[in-house]
Amino acid sequence: MKNRIRDLRSAKDLTQEDLAKEIGVSRQTINAIEKGKFDPSLPTAFRLSLLFETPIEGIFEFEEA
Amino acid sequence: MNALHEKRQAQRQIATRKLGMWTAAWLISQAIVVFGGSLAWPEATSLKVLSIGLNIALGLMMIGANRNLIKSLDELERQQQLESMGITLGLTLVVGLAFSSLHIIKLMPFDAEISYLVMFMGITYLVTLAINKKRFQ
Repeated sequence: MKNRIRDLRSAKDLTQEDLAKEIGVSRQTINAIEKGKFDPSLPTAFRLSLLFETPIEGIFEFEEA
Repeated sequence: MNALHEKRQAQRQIATRKLGMWTAAWLISQAIVVFGGSLAWPEATSLKVLSIGLNIALGLMMIGANRNLIKSLDELERQQQLESMGITLGLTLVVGLAFSSLHIIKLMPFDAEISYLVMFMGITYLVTLAINKKRFQ
């Protein structure tokens, strides 16, 4: 799944480590999500949405596998 | 939400410590079963039964502690662990039965010891976990 997390994170001047701490996951998880290698769970997607004040569909772009 | 991260880290540390404690206890009980039953009380059936009962109980506690540790991991780590466990379980079943069959049809010059299977499981789990960690980097 494509996403805009890297851009949104940069806009807030957050490192991967900072973002990981903010939403309660590991830095590796943030890295894997940003690279599109791992799709986050719904609670993590909602936490990202709350943090970036952006709707989920504004962060993630669904692609049929 | 930093409090969530700290809470998860604390839960994980506690779960890791408990798993280490139960694993050590289980290993000690394993030694008690083997060395106690063969050297210290070779004639005492009741002590043998008691020691194996303790060994199984501690093993169950270790499994519970491992489950709690997995629950304390984050979603990516949990997926990596579960995939590694699944592959390890499958390979152990296939290779274990093939290993046993080799012994039955006398194509293997040595006994099919369970310790070989335990070593195979450990190595398979470590290798698959390393591959899974690399995959998501």
